[in-house]
Formats: sequence, C-alpha cells, structure tokens
Amino acid sequence: MKEIEIFERIGKKDFAENKDVGKEIRLKEIMPELENGRVVILNFEKIDRASQSFIHSLISDPIRKYGPNKALDLVLFKSCNERVKSIITIVVEYMQDALNKNQDEN
Amino acid sequence: MKIFIPNSAFLGNIDPFIRSFDISNTSALEITSNPNWVSVHPMVLAMIAALGLNVKPENIRISLESKSGAYAVRMGLYKMLGLSCDVKITEHAPEGRFIPLQQIKNSAELDNFISEMIPILHKDKEQASTIGYIISELGRNVLEHAQAPNGAILCAQRYEKSNTIRIGIADTGIGIKKTISQSHYAPTDLAALRLALWPGITGTTSKAGGTEQNGGAGLFFIKSIAQVNKDFFVIYSGKALYKLLTNKTMTLHADPFDDRHSLSEEMPHWPGTLVGIDISLDQTREYDALLAAIRKTYFSLRKTTTPYKRPRFI
Repeated sequence: MKEIEIFERIGKKDFAENKDVGKEIRLKEIMPELENGRVVILNFEKIDRASQSFIHSLISDPIRKYGPNKALDLVLFKSCNERVKSIITIVVEYMQDALNKNQDEN
Repeated sequence: MKIFIPNSAFLGNIDPFIRSFDISNTSALEITSNPNWVSVHPMVLAMIAALGLNVKPENIRISLESKSGAYAVRMGLYKMLGLSCDVKITEHAPEGRFIPLQQIKNSAELDNFISEMIPILHKDKEQASTIGYIISELGRNVLEHAQAPNGAILCAQRYEKSNTIRIGIADTGIGIKKTISQSHYAPTDLAALRLALWPGITGTTSKAGGTEQNGGAGLFFIKSIAQVNKDFFVIYSGKALYKLLTNKTMTLHADPFDDRHSLSEEMPHWPGTLVGIDISLDQTREYDALLAAIRKTYFSLRKTTTPYKRPRFI
C-alpha cells in the first residue's frame, strides 16, 4: 500500500491544478502500484480545490486500463473536502460513461 | 495590421471592435484610438500584445491620447512589446485592481502566476479560487494545444463600479480548428469551436473520455462558470466568434449552441485563440452549486442506466 500526499507533491499549495505534476504522480507512483495489485491512497488533506484536469490526469488512465471496478477498489481518496469529492466523482462518472460509449462503438 | 480602439469595447459590445480589426500586412502593427478616454476589456489588451509580439518593435506604432496611453503603459503594453513611451506615470501598487499583461510560456510560470498573482487581484479566497481555476484551465490549454511560440498572453482587471473581474487571454498559435481537426471532423472554425466547448471532446483523440492527460472538459467548465454566474464568455479563433450571453437560468447544456449565445463566422482571421470572461463578484455562485450543475449536465448525456462504480472516500 502506498499513500501519496497531494499537498506535498504540488508544492504545498491548496489548489491542485498542475496536470504535469498529476501525470508524474500517475506514471511514477500510481500505475506501478496498480500493476502489482497494490492499494494507492491519494491523500487530499489541506487541498481546498482541485481542477478537473488535475484529477483527470491522476485517475482517468487507471480507470481506462484496469476498468472502474479494479481501479476504484485499489485507488482510495483520503481526507477530501466536499469540493474535491465532487470533482473526483464527476471525473469517475464521465470516465465510466466514456468507457461504456467506446465499448458500444467497438 | 491595424487596430482602432473605440471608446468602449467590453464583451457585450466587442463584436464591432473585432470586425474592424485589419489583418493585412502582418509585419507591421498600427494602433490608434478614439481621441477621448477609452475603456476596454482586458481581452483587447491581450489581443494587441499577442499580435505585437509577432512584429518587430520598430514596425509597431502606437498612437493613443495621453490618458489612454498612460493606461496602456500601466497595463504593461509598451514594456511587453519592447517599446519606449513618452507618457510618464506614477506607478501605484496594483493590489486589488489589476494584473498587468503577463506572458506565460511554461507550466512553472503558470504555477507561479496562479499562486502569486491571483491573491493580489482578489483577497476573498472563494472568488480568488474561481479566478485561479479559470486561468489554470485556459493557460494550460494554450501551453498544451496551441503550439504558440509566444505562449499565453493574459491580463485581468477589477471594475469597482460593476464589482466585476474581467480576464483576457490570447495566443497566436495554431487555433482551435487545427487542434480539434487532429481527431474530429471540423470543416469550419465555428464547427471546431462548438466541438471544443462540448464536454468530453478534445483534439488529442476521437475516443470518448479523452486521453490520459486530456478530458476535453476545460472549456466546458469555464463556460459553465460564466453561465451559472450570469456572465459573458467570449471565445474567438480563426474567423469564428462564440459569445455566451448573460442568462437567467442555471441550466447548463452540453451543446454550446443550446445556451443563450451569439455567433459570427465572418470575423477577421485570428491566428490562434482569444478568450474573454467576466466574473461578477456580487453574484458569484457557490462553487458547489456549479459542480452540481456540471455533474447534472454530464448525467444528461448518459446513454446507459448501468450504475456507476463509486469512488471510495476514506
């Protein structure tokens, strides 16, 4: 199990918006853990807001590659305020809709 | 190129100003203004600066009456274009009033701008956060998609009388049609704008849900912020201009053409993308209400009743 403190990774800012940092976290930390079937905790303590782009850069690829069931069993979201929860929920939902749509089209 | 700055050019009446912009002879830029005091949206300044950066300083001529000249100096236009100016001004700290023209060429500069400059423009955390969100999404759009060597040019100003913050951001990159056409059929600039504003559509892929780095939702979120706050939002690329008009309802639409709007497909060709947005501070809706409305819009596009797998919050 790995816990990633978002606040620390984005330079101790309370607005998580830099998707380049999100990409780095995803590629170097989230995906290797998921590849080994291990749990990743994304800790949003001290984060006031997150942009849709930032959350997308963190979790869209895990959902696409591992499917929503496995990805969302392994990626947990810790200490999120209601705003961050809302953005995460929007991204999680539109990714599932997108996967369904892409399956229908294939 | 010739730009005549009228007495007033804000998002509500920006169309005649843009229509009058002369795009011939791209190696020179001539700026003149109404002989009286001019009052313009920051988008106009961002536009002039973005164009001017592609022209040698010796080929730029700015002829503004003294008060407007002082305003252009204070907003950093001469400095950004490497021009000297005879107008002398006493510089007061811009706290709470404006952000002069800024050029942002990479992610680190944008990061720094958001954390350092936005709190200067507005002390209220709620509203500063909304402004930060807008600049983040628009700035990253330019850095990722525009292929603009000069990056993003932006400025913002607070208008006390209307208690509004107005933001303009410009680039002279490849424009939305070229970006969107990489993955979608967009025969015109307007068709491309429509797709770019649609949630889930990005130029980086034709697949729903975007790529691992692009969800195709940034512009939809920005338009939504303007809409729930009943504010103007303008996007101009190539020959097309889309303007979200002020609206009494809070219903968001996936298709930007279903929102109350105006369009033009015959504007002078803008080589890149130009965005202007107003944020009325008196009526800034709670961010939570905005997110709820956005979620509802996505839900309205669902073609399945399969229950969602929920994220686990601990």
